[in-house]
Amino acid sequence: MAKKVVVIGGGIAGMESSAYLAEMGYDVTLLEKENSLGGHLRNWERLFPTMRLGQEVLDFLKLGIETKVNVIRNANILKINRIDKRFQIELERGASFNADALLITTGYDLFDATKKEEYGYGIYDNVITSAELEKMFMEGKSILTPTGKIPKKIGLIHCVGSRDEKVGHVYCSKVCCVTAVKQAIELKEKLSAVEIYCFYMDMRMYGMHFESLYKEAQEKHAINFIRGRLSEACENQDQSILIKVEDTLAGRPLKLSVDLLVLMVGFIPSKGTKEIGKLMELEFGTNGFYKTKDQHTLTNVSNIPGVFFAGSCTGPKTITNTVTDARAAVTTVASYLEGYNLEIRTKAFFQ
Amino acid sequence: MNFDWFVLPFSIGLFLLFILVIFKISFWIRQLPLNDRLLLNKGIFSLKILRVIKEVILESLLHLRIFKINPLLGFMHMSFAFGWFMLIAIGNLESRMYAGTELNLPYYPIFFKFFIHKPLEIPFAEGFTFIMDFFLLLVLSGVLIAFSKRIYSKIVGLKRTTKLKAFDIFAMLSLWLIFPLRLFAESSAAGMYHTGGFMTQPIGNAFAGFLPLDTLSYIFWWAYSISLGVFFVCLPYSRYMHIPTEIILIAFRHFGIHRSKEYDIFKDVEVFSCSRCGICIDKCQLNTMAQVTNIQSAYFIKSIRKKNQQEEIVQNCLICGRCQEFCPVGIKTDDLRLSQRMIFENKENANFNYLPPQTPIKTEVLYFAGCMTHLTPSIKLSMVNILKNSKIPFKFMDEEESICCGRPLMLSGNTKDAQKLMQANIEIICSSQAHTLVTSCPICLRIFKEEYNLNINVLHHSQFIENLITEGKIRVQTSTKTISYHDPCDLGRGLGIYDEPRSILAHTGTLLKNNFEKNNSLCCGGSIANNQNYNLNKDKISKQVIEHLSSKNPDIIATACPLCKKTFVKYSDIRVADIAEIVNEQMILLHSS
Repeated sequence: MAKKVVVIGGGIAGMESSAYLAEMGYDVTLLEKENSLGGHLRNWERLFPTMRLGQEVLDFLKLGIETKVNVIRNANILKINRIDKRFQIELERGASFNADALLITTGYDLFDATKKEEYGYGIYDNVITSAELEKMFMEGKSILTPTGKIPKKIGLIHCVGSRDEKVGHVYCSKVCCVTAVKQAIELKEKLSAVEIYCFYMDMRMYGMHFESLYKEAQEKHAINFIRGRLSEACENQDQSILIKVEDTLAGRPLKLSVDLLVLMVGFIPSKGTKEIGKLMELEFGTNGFYKTKDQHTLTNVSNIPGVFFAGSCTGPKTITNTVTDARAAVTTVASYLEGYNLEIRTKAFFQ
Repeated sequence: MNFDWFVLPFSIGLFLLFILVIFKISFWIRQLPLNDRLLLNKGIFSLKILRVIKEVILESLLHLRIFKINPLLGFMHMSFAFGWFMLIAIGNLESRMYAGTELNLPYYPIFFKFFIHKPLEIPFAEGFTFIMDFFLLLVLSGVLIAFSKRIYSKIVGLKRTTKLKAFDIFAMLSLWLIFPLRLFAESSAAGMYHTGGFMTQPIGNAFAGFLPLDTLSYIFWWAYSISLGVFFVCLPYSRYMHIPTEIILIAFRHFGIHRSKEYDIFKDVEVFSCSRCGICIDKCQLNTMAQVTNIQSAYFIKSIRKKNQQEEIVQNCLICGRCQEFCPVGIKTDDLRLSQRMIFENKENANFNYLPPQTPIKTEVLYFAGCMTHLTPSIKLSMVNILKNSKIPFKFMDEEESICCGRPLMLSGNTKDAQKLMQANIEIICSSQAHTLVTSCPICLRIFKEEYNLNINVLHHSQFIENLITEGKIRVQTSTKTISYHDPCDLGRGLGIYDEPRSILAHTGTLLKNNFEKNNSLCCGGSIANNQNYNLNKDKISKQVIEHLSSKNPDIIATACPLCKKTFVKYSDIRVADIAEIVNEQMILLHSS
């Protein structure tokens, strides 16, 4: 009889790893807490750096799990019992599943920008998040500020909730810089007369083709990139947003009024990541994401034998990285189920 | 004449102690400014001296303040101070009555039982032996507690007690040894001559049963005298200097001698008054919540005394005032630390020419948000809305261009630069002709009240809002929400504003009690006064404070300081809100008539 794998979380990592595991002959159940699969991918219209539609990637992922994966939607996990080497997962509505291995793909949530109160999100109408801007793109309507104006000046603030000790997140969320570049280009394409200012700490254009996208933004679209972190935002009489920031290259303080302020919110460990972690006593790292058994050599392995990770539950990742990580997790899970001692080399070298 | 060679260590020690203490005290008095010396002279010959005596009895002998913090710890301090004092006082009385003269040498009452062997022929003789035994027992019980405290400090309610260096331990042991040695010496005398009381006699009888008392007794008297002599010589150089100094400090305070901002003689007296009792260590959140164990006031004061100033000890402090609040000697530890920060201040003269030119404003009420409130705009907008709704004419002093109140510089010891900013703000405030200055930030409020010398009402917004509610200028709806209130350090311990925020919150919902309220409230951890790089410790503190505030699962954690709010929001799962925001949300809008 085929060995059973339960995958928790039906985002990119969960879908791609389920597809491969099922194709390899394992009996795969994919649990998703919501009614639809795809996770955050459903909320992004176009993807960097290719500008491909998110929907196309979603369709690709769906095709992988269409026939061989047992997909359970609206699955809220109540309990996970470990009996010898097997796991028993009980859902709130009574169903229960057995597994020889668990793959956790619970992903991330977006940083709650109200925690950065000085940026005015939730206080001033014309301050929105990158996710809300993307929603506007999705809906395909003309771009207006929340107070109903066509924006002439837009500010994009990088690193909101990332690399910021003051909100308790010291890590880089990896995708926001390039998302800002992508969204700035899209805004410029939709509103040709608009002036766009990106305020960054460093431009982290590490991925393939990211740098050329950044170059394109500057040269082709005349988007302004100013090195400096926003100190505070307040509202003018006309509900435009006055931002105070230091231009750290010019070395002088800067005040600028924008019609729309977009906060590039970072990744935080998802609620599901926290809950499943507590339920199973999985180890968390200092940043609150799951801690992998070794940073270089056991990147999909948890502290509990038979429990594995894939995707951004172990840290911020792009879609490309998530797909790669999901497939890496599949080889790790399969190796474990076939009796290969994953840790023997790591132990020999590093422990 | 009664004399034996063994009295020499005691006598020499006492003589040296006397010389050294007199020298030190006269040094302090000579260093006092003329004005303060006059106050001192006047004070000594006024009725104020009675208040000094009263406080010396209550605090230096009975240690009532420590009793309030922990009864057993209070008892320990009281047994040493009061017990020993009574032994000396009654011993003197006894020996004088017996000898019939007032001119005894100091050692005579101390070693009375060595010289006098026959049962006493003075009135109340039995009473005397009983009382002397009783007070010796009292001190011995103190020694026992002190010893236990060193092994397991939780016995007196302290998580940690003061860490001691070799010399401190030597001085402490010499003190501890005095009393068992006195017990042995007096008991052996009692064993031989039947001069003992309820405690020394039975012990003496037991000793007589198996010990060669004729030789041993003499050794005990020598040892007793040596331990006294050693302790006396150690005293001026050890923490026990606090015994004479505390009396001077109490007198200075009652006579109205004030400290200045800089380190002065008053502060020197405070430094020598510290007994390193360890209460400050136990109250310090950097110790209890972040395991920083080397910077607490007892160690900080010691470093001043040893002239061994280390920047870390001076700077790594929240200036939350918890140690000051509970210091049984009443040392103003915050002031002391700020005066030491001046040593490390940046000597460069800041240039504030870039400050924006101010357009003069005229109004009745001036609202100053402060920079932290600008970083928590929801508080600022709530206050503006409340002010508008109250129909009181007001102007928003730092709406667009704000000048810092100066307190962050003051807290870093940079008094001169702070003065420049203060001057700029004072000009705006005075030219506005406002009768009231309202601020949302307790950090600003404190410097406005303590340093600005404004002749107008200076209020925190909680006080101002409370007035608005009682005068009916705004109306607030109640709700079913449960609220846990956090006292900000500068508002609470700093300025004693505890009731107004509570009174407002009682209007808006149900106020829950927590374990750390009012003067015992905790610091949120976000203090701007700590200019060491200590983010990790800050987080440890914040998380634990949030846990305390969340323990009853309130709907809202309320505070009255933008910095506390910002600090809590980072880790709190429960909504954190300033009082102004809560009032604004529940304010019934009055229709303009």
